[in-house]
Amino acid sequence: MGAIITLSLLAILVLYLGLYNAKGALLPVTIAGLLLALGFEISLWNTDATPLYNGMVLFDHLALSFSSLCIIVTILIVLLSKEYFKAISDNVAEYYSLILFSVTGALLVCSYHNFAMLFIGIEIMSVALYILVGIRKRDLVSNEASLKYFIMGAFSTGFLLFGITLMYGATVTFDLEGLKQYVIANPQGISPLFYAGILLILVGLCFKIGAAPFHFWTPDVYEGAPILITSYMSTVVKVASFAGFLRLFSTVLVPLNDFWTPVLLTICIITLFVGNISALMQSSFKRMLAYSSIAHAGYMLFAIVSLGADSASGIFTYATAYSLASVTAFGILIIVKRKVGSEQFESFNGLAKTNPLLALLLTIAMLSLAGIPLTAGFIGKFMMFNAVMQDYHIILLVLAAINAVVGVFYYLRVVVNMYFRTQEENSKVLIPLNYQLVFFIAAALTLLIGVYPDFLIQLN
Amino acid sequence: MDNLFILLLIPVLSACILAFVKNSQTAKWIALVLSLIQVVATVPFLCNFVPDASMQFESTFTWIASLNIHFHLGLDGISLPLILLTNGLVPLIVLTTFGKTFKGNFYALVSFMQAGLVLVFTALDAFTFYVGWEIALIPIYFICALWGEGDRICVNLKFFIYTFFGSLLMLIGIIYLYHQTPNGDFEWASFKALQLPGGIQRYIFWGFFIAFAIKIPIFPFHTWQPDTYTNAPAAGTMLLAGIMLKMGIYGLFRWLLPIAPIGTQIYGAVALVLCVIGIVYASIIAFQQNDAKRLIAYSSIAHVGLISAGVFSIHIEGMQGAMIQMVNHGISVIGLFFIIDIIQQRTNSRNLSELGGLAYRMPILAVFFLLIVMGAIGLPLTNGFIGEFLLLKGIFSTNVWYAVFGGLTLIFGAVYMLRLYQNTMLGTLHAEHIQVKDVQGYEVLVLGIVSVFILYLGIFPNALLKLSEASVIQLIQQIK
Repeated sequence: MGAIITLSLLAILVLYLGLYNAKGALLPVTIAGLLLALGFEISLWNTDATPLYNGMVLFDHLALSFSSLCIIVTILIVLLSKEYFKAISDNVAEYYSLILFSVTGALLVCSYHNFAMLFIGIEIMSVALYILVGIRKRDLVSNEASLKYFIMGAFSTGFLLFGITLMYGATVTFDLEGLKQYVIANPQGISPLFYAGILLILVGLCFKIGAAPFHFWTPDVYEGAPILITSYMSTVVKVASFAGFLRLFSTVLVPLNDFWTPVLLTICIITLFVGNISALMQSSFKRMLAYSSIAHAGYMLFAIVSLGADSASGIFTYATAYSLASVTAFGILIIVKRKVGSEQFESFNGLAKTNPLLALLLTIAMLSLAGIPLTAGFIGKFMMFNAVMQDYHIILLVLAAINAVVGVFYYLRVVVNMYFRTQEENSKVLIPLNYQLVFFIAAALTLLIGVYPDFLIQLN
Repeated sequence: MDNLFILLLIPVLSACILAFVKNSQTAKWIALVLSLIQVVATVPFLCNFVPDASMQFESTFTWIASLNIHFHLGLDGISLPLILLTNGLVPLIVLTTFGKTFKGNFYALVSFMQAGLVLVFTALDAFTFYVGWEIALIPIYFICALWGEGDRICVNLKFFIYTFFGSLLMLIGIIYLYHQTPNGDFEWASFKALQLPGGIQRYIFWGFFIAFAIKIPIFPFHTWQPDTYTNAPAAGTMLLAGIMLKMGIYGLFRWLLPIAPIGTQIYGAVALVLCVIGIVYASIIAFQQNDAKRLIAYSSIAHVGLISAGVFSIHIEGMQGAMIQMVNHGISVIGLFFIIDIIQQRTNSRNLSELGGLAYRMPILAVFFLLIVMGAIGLPLTNGFIGEFLLLKGIFSTNVWYAVFGGLTLIFGAVYMLRLYQNTMLGTLHAEHIQVKDVQGYEVLVLGIVSVFILYLGIFPNALLKLSEASVIQLIQQIK
């Protein structure tokens, strides 16, 4: 709870800092606050998890690990934003503050134990993002993205609320423990309202994680938003939504898996194919990452399709690997865009000649996303495959293998551009110190998890 | 000194050192010295190896405890020859690049690949094996795509995606087997002890077979191979043909046959037919080639087709022949690709119709070339003879007709190899090639070493056959 309170207060403090023009203090204060919140999360690790505040929130290992991941990724993104937001917007303080509010929402989604908290968490997380997506207020694309995200987001929240209401109608409770008792106590006589509720909640959550066929907003919003906001949305928001997804299904809905498994399986397969095949067609690196994030949501759904004891560690490992690689990729995109002015694949041409280190770091990130051994992405993918094999969904695995191969094709494309194509203009780009720091942390963690993943897997 | 980790550690450290060497002259010497250290480190394993069927020099430690994955290494008669081949050929390949200006990053990739290969040939844990299998792919992709020629980008992407797809099928198979083992582990021994019902072994067979068949490559999974070989730099082609494709054949020995014996009994004949088709098909295409490098690429498909056919004969002679021929093929093919590279360096052409009469200007090369061609054709007293003889004998005992068609390699091989020799070395010398110089220095050294091995293994094949005999017999007993 300390983390959530800290972040809420911090966000307000940062707003005041902006008011009194203490622009230099924004970044250090934000980072310090995030680190403090992280400390709170870690300090709770060895305590017994019981639902707090009348069963509103629960800080078990699932909540703590996913919350910590959200905070760490946010720290990395905030580190990248040092110069970035001065260039595109005057409201730098609001930017930091909104991101902090959004993380607060994400933490609530990770640790909810009551549907009311899930709803509030998702709203806090999203409302801040509606503004952040449109933070370049004179940019039409950014405005369009913001509006689109807002309308679609409102719609999906509607579905979520409908679902929660129907479940309430069937069970007279918002509390996860109460819902669980209801499912266990009535193995035969579960109300049809409850089933309808499951489907509607599923739609609402699938929208948040960007799973097909509820993904249509993702590419446009991801492309229109400033790059750092895109990277925030495709990592932190996704991680938190998956934590929420996992908690609902693993605590309440496990006994009903005969009902939702076929639905989720279908969503999973459509998501994989839509994400991968669309990503294949893109000529913009940013748009490719947007579509590939859909595909990754599909892989992460594997663990929910086959809920088991190690689902949480599977999703956590995958989400960590994916977040680290994504932050690196988006960060390097910022640098390249600053130099070349375009987000197309061609702007990466010859990067290995001018900036070999940058090219190497991006290669590691791409190999991790593609799932090549000795990177974190492989361990994540391996655990997902492993989870699915428990239920012997072999067809799904073969389809996933085909998709992984398609994935290699577009991830290697940027590697090809960097190493094997050349560009006339051959000036070296300077990488700011904060960017170097973030890239090295991300690459080192990617390789560390790839070589010795045990410490991460055993967290959950 | 006989812990197998040393053999992994040396190339990994070499790669780390070499990655930072900018000067090409320094880089090649450091690379040579480091690869020779690896050779020295390999010697104790050869000396202390007891030629029986047991696993030796085993060492294991827990890698990922939560998934019960162990980093488990070991050597037996089947893996030792391949370790010798890998660690022996890498210094030779480094030596062949002495005339070129590669920076340290090239040699770093070679060393890194060597580590992956050693891991593949020693791993006794399926997860570890898979990691090595994929790790070996990344450096060779970069070697071929960075320093290659022609349409290197597309060709190598095809190569990468092709092999990656096969690997993923294997990965699914591995995970499936993991869930079948009583204790839930990835150990080779527990996979071997599974004895799954025949219906499931069919699928396991194809999952593994396609992965290996793409790497080897066996017809009809070979389509990536000629382009990749032709467009790769000479050293890359040597790594691919000399060592890397043996990963696939080794995989048949180590994983496919012991895990899916019933699957092999059901589909082994299909695999054998595919191998034989590949032999004939590739040989016929090899006739038509005008590009010398492409010709050898196709001849390589024919040769490895014969080797794989020997494995699927499940017969002591055939499998022993496959073991020795893997080493022989590695040695010969390096010699051949190096000679083509020398010719190309001197004349700027690999096109058979533009070459001819080079023996007048390059007599030393002509002698070496003749010897290596003899080895590739399989003339008695050269290394190829005993290998092909054993292979055909093994295949013969399975089915006469397979042996008849397989035996065509000998005739076809003689035709296209001699055509290659004739069109480059004999005939009339072209006017623009009057000035070409004969081989010298390091080139003579490489060709000399290759020739010595061709003759040594031709005259004393038992040196190699002894190593693997007990292990192969045990494998056959287990299958039957």
